[in-house]
Amino acid sequence: MAPFTPGFLGRDRSADTTLPPGQYLTHDFPVLSAGPTPRIPLDRWEFTVMTEAGVVRRWSWAELLALPSETPTVDLHCVTKWSKLSTDWEGVSLDTLLGDVDTAADYALVRSYGGYTTNLPLEDLLDGKAWIAYRYDGEELPSEHGGPARLLIPHLYLWKSAKWVRGIELLIEDEPGFWESLGYHNYGDPWREQRYQGD
Amino acid sequence: MTDYLDGNVLAGPLREVFGVDLTTAGTRCVGCGQAAHVAELRVFTDAPGIVARCSGCDNVIMRLVRTPDAAWLDLRGTTALRVPLG
Repeated sequence: MAPFTPGFLGRDRSADTTLPPGQYLTHDFPVLSAGPTPRIPLDRWEFTVMTEAGVVRRWSWAELLALPSETPTVDLHCVTKWSKLSTDWEGVSLDTLLGDVDTAADYALVRSYGGYTTNLPLEDLLDGKAWIAYRYDGEELPSEHGGPARLLIPHLYLWKSAKWVRGIELLIEDEPGFWESLGYHNYGDPWREQRYQGD
Repeated sequence: MTDYLDGNVLAGPLREVFGVDLTTAGTRCVGCGQAAHVAELRVFTDAPGIVARCSGCDNVIMRLVRTPDAAWLDLRGTTALRVPLG
């Protein structure tokens, strides 16, 4: 029997080199951090959503875990040029958290324990594109990767997936976050290689 | 785990911008008021940019991003930068 060519063996994701422009594949999970790792006791952890009218919705850790969770498998693309494919997460969709929030905002500013911020259009948080993730690869999310919970928004560069997430402010006008105010692209689409302002 | 370096790591990046050694320059944290030479700051480099923090309160003293065609420098975390001359 003639041997099969690789094309008949299906798509081997580990050999799939279809990465965004300028990215390289890594199997590690590099730890990037702009400051010391915050340690947040779970009995004091909370996640908040504040609307442009100042209305605040709060979830305790127990309340977050009581919400329906999803288990997305996603690719990660860091602006420092590494990509990691097929990562497994568990978390609560932002559609669930923002579903009954009354807002006319077009923008969101994400705030983290430790002071980090990042901004994005509100629509990028909706329609199954973003989660508050608290488990990674079947385990509790380690603190160095943003535990107890981080934003996961894999269609943008990973600096948008704020570690140690604390809350989201819904805004009428866009407000640049920590890296967006210092030369990085305001949106950060890896497939359009939007690394820096002007890209 | 020590995940930061001392401020001497800023020597090269700041020299590229200003042309002089600024590691002996003085800072004062806008958060807690602690005075420190640039060399004494806690610097985080495993990030999209360089972030220098106060060793007293972790407040961000300065941030530096090097894009392909520019350097972006944020000094809002220090009340002043005292540069020794002569």
